[in-house]
Parts: sequence; structure tokens; C-alpha cells
Amino acid sequence: MIEWQPIILSVKVALMSLIFVAILGIACAYAMRRWEFGAKALFEALFTLPLVLPPVVTGFLLLLLIGKRGPLGWIFSEYFHTKIIFTPYAAILAGTVVAFPLMYQSTKAAFQGVDCQFEDAARTLGASEWRVFWTVTMPLAWPGLVAGLVLSFARALGEFGATIMVAGNIPGKTQTLPLAIYFAAESNDLGTAGLYVVIISVITFTAVYWLNVWTKNRVKVSVYRGMF
Amino acid sequence: MKKWILLAITLVIGIVLTGCGGNSQPNQSEAKVELNVSAAVSMKDALAEIQKNYQAKNPNVTLVYNLGASGTLEKQIEEGAPADIFISAATKQMDDLDAKNLIDKATRKNLLENKLVLVVAPNSTLAIAKFEDLAKSEVQKFAVGEPSVVPAGQYAKEVLEKLGLWAGIKDKAVLAKDVRTVLTYVETSNVEAGIVYKTDAAISDKVKIVAIAPEGSHKPIVYPAAILAGTKERKAAENFLAYLSGPEGQTVFEKYGFTMGK
Repeated sequence: MIEWQPIILSVKVALMSLIFVAILGIACAYAMRRWEFGAKALFEALFTLPLVLPPVVTGFLLLLLIGKRGPLGWIFSEYFHTKIIFTPYAAILAGTVVAFPLMYQSTKAAFQGVDCQFEDAARTLGASEWRVFWTVTMPLAWPGLVAGLVLSFARALGEFGATIMVAGNIPGKTQTLPLAIYFAAESNDLGTAGLYVVIISVITFTAVYWLNVWTKNRVKVSVYRGMF
Repeated sequence: MKKWILLAITLVIGIVLTGCGGNSQPNQSEAKVELNVSAAVSMKDALAEIQKNYQAKNPNVTLVYNLGASGTLEKQIEEGAPADIFISAATKQMDDLDAKNLIDKATRKNLLENKLVLVVAPNSTLAIAKFEDLAKSEVQKFAVGEPSVVPAGQYAKEVLEKLGLWAGIKDKAVLAKDVRTVLTYVETSNVEAGIVYKTDAAISDKVKIVAIAPEGSHKPIVYPAAILAGTKERKAAENFLAYLSGPEGQTVFEKYGFTMGK
């Protein structure tokens, strides 16, 4: 009775979103830390917007953006002869947009926690910016980044409002787990809804639980390292 | 200067005092009543106008609307959400509450009727003039409410099944979570056509009605209304329900595309 398709689709969408979120989140946080520019406060506010806007509103804005008459939708149909609206790609876009602020904020905090002296020391030893970033900044910021990644994954996995707006609800094609839960619950099919809820909860719970255990072990390790 | 300030203060106090005295009298004569109405979201605009008219006439009554999909409202009522009156967009939800003895059966009536229409964007160049045209290849996607949840979707599916179309075109259907979303998809041209209530099409100037579902292709779309068994404002609820089906209610409802129930 239970369909596996929404579960598989959801995990795929969340993982794909995660890749985009990781790249964008880290890039934006890095750029904001490294360079000073006038409109910084503006960008800062813009990056946080998807976190506070109701997802349905985010979804509506995305619909205007990637819809047939939207600028992005037009570019896609004109140059790539394809469309993203009502496809799983739209779900990935929705997941990326709503999870982005979580990744950005976590990464920003993680970067702030990195002591500039280490980076400067690396620079005095002749390391390029690229090398400083990968061998000093990233390893030091890693725990914060992982926390951001886990939160973003969970957020993208549970995304409903924006997803249903742009990906539509096409069973078997774009119906993700939260959508399946919503419609099962609404049509009084509480058995299916409950089962889906258990599944999505287990996935998210495992991810966050693993994060906590991992962070704890890491702290222990670094304490020992400090001692000896 | 001082005199002017004194005069101003006196004036303000005078206005405030007389203002209070004038307003408070009718309020004290009747106790304030708050009436919770859970109604299908497709009645939103008609109900908003009725709220204005009714509260102007009955200043002691405050109408509090909870608008949503009928299935959601039903669930909320089952879970004990505060509601005095329930107006559903289909009989199913009312029947369910009826079976659970959550409504006052004697007060149940078919308040309104609605029709189902096929809509397209006004600038659509596709030749869509009847429901059968949904099967054409130019129609890549069309939107209807999710049949298991949205009554309008339930009726749409029924019409399409009756016309022998559903099995062939259901892969092109985007199943929206409410009628408003169907309209949004049509308005923004992201689907070639949508099936909504006549009343919904009537309030959007960005869609155009191209066909009305043929007589007999679906069960009559009735909006049953009833007072809930758990109400504490029985009298006020009865008055409001009578007002809705009376001439003043009818004027507003017909303006928004409804037909009065029989």
C-alpha cells in the first residue's frame, strides 16, 4: 500500500539541494567575510529572507521567476528548450532556496570562529589564498559547516510550501514526502500519513543524532590533542 | 498661548467623554457575541462582504471566520476547534460530521449551489473551448484540485471520468492543494487550463471561462451549512444562518456567482 517513490524522490531532492546549498552557502559566507562592500547589509538581509518568509510566498516568488513568463523560465525554454516548473528540478530549487539561510548562517558563524592569525601565518609562509582556504580555514570551520549541512538537509527534506507551488503535486513525478503526508492526512488516510511521518522523522532524527555524537567525539579528540 | 493649550485640552477631553458615552450605550444593552464560522475558502469574498453588512446591522455580533479547505475544517472541528457554524463546499465533509453527531442535524440545509468551469488565461491562443479539448496535445499541463482533498478537484475528476477523459489525461494533471493555486497556475500561464468553480473564476479577472461543465456530468455542487452541536451561541448562530439564506445574503452570494440552494 505504501508508495516508496515519494521517499526516494525526497531523499534525492534533499541531497541535490544540499550540494547547491553547500556551494552557495560557503561561497556567500566566504565572500561576505573576505570583502568589504557598500551593500553588505542589504545582502545579509536578503540571504536571511527565505528563513522568515512564509514558504508559500517564497514559492509564489519562485513561480514568477521560473514560470513560463518568468525571466528564468524564459531563458530555460528559449536556450535549453526545457522547463523546470512542475519537475523535480523545481523541487530542488525550492529546497535549495529555503535551506540556504541555515547553511549561510552556520557557515558565517563557523568562519567567524576561525582565528585569522592561523590564516595570516599560512600567508606569510607563502600559501596562496586558495590553499589557505582549503588547508586552514575549511578544516578549522568544519564542525560548523557540518552542522549547517545537516540542518540544511533536514530543512530541504521537510520543505512543503514552496515545493508544492513550483513542483506542483504530480503523484509519481513530483510528489515529495511532505506533500504525500499532507494529502494523506487531509484525505483521512492516517495510516499512510503516519507511516510517512515515521519515515521522515527517522531520517531527520538519525541525521541530527549523528551530528551530535560526531560533534561530541570531535570535542573529546581535540581536548586530548590539547592535553598532549 | 497657555489659553490656547488649555482650550485644546478641554476640547479633547470633551470629545473623548461624549464619544465614550455615545458609543457605550447600545453595547451594554446586548451582550457581545463572538460567532465562529468555519467555511470553505471558496466563499471568502462573499463572506467578507456579508461580514461587513451583518456586523453593521448587528453591532453586538463579531463574526470570526476560519476559512480553509473543507477537509481541513472538518478535521479541525473533529479535533475540537472552536466553531459555531460549518459551511462545507461538499456534502462529504458534512456527512462525516453528521455521522459523528458533531452537528445539529435539524439545522442542516443546502445553503448554496455552484458550477464547475474550465478556465484559461485571457491571452491564451490555444483552441480550448470544451472539456474534451484537454486531451489535445497542445495542452501540456492542466490544473485541478487534488481529488481526495479538494472538493472542486473531486467534481472535476467526476466530470472528466463521465466524459471518458480522465484515464487518458491524468498524467498531465497538476493536483493543487486548493482552488486558489489552480487559478494562480492558470493566471501565470504555467498550465494551459484549469478546472475551478464558477465563483472562483468570477473573482479573478486574469482568467477567462471557456466552458461550463455539462448538466448532469457531476453531482450537484451544494454547500451544506449547519450549526455545530457544541455551540454555545445557539441563538446568534440561528440568526446568522437565517440571514445567509435570506434576501440580503442572496444578493451578495449571487453577485459572487453562487446560486441559492433549494
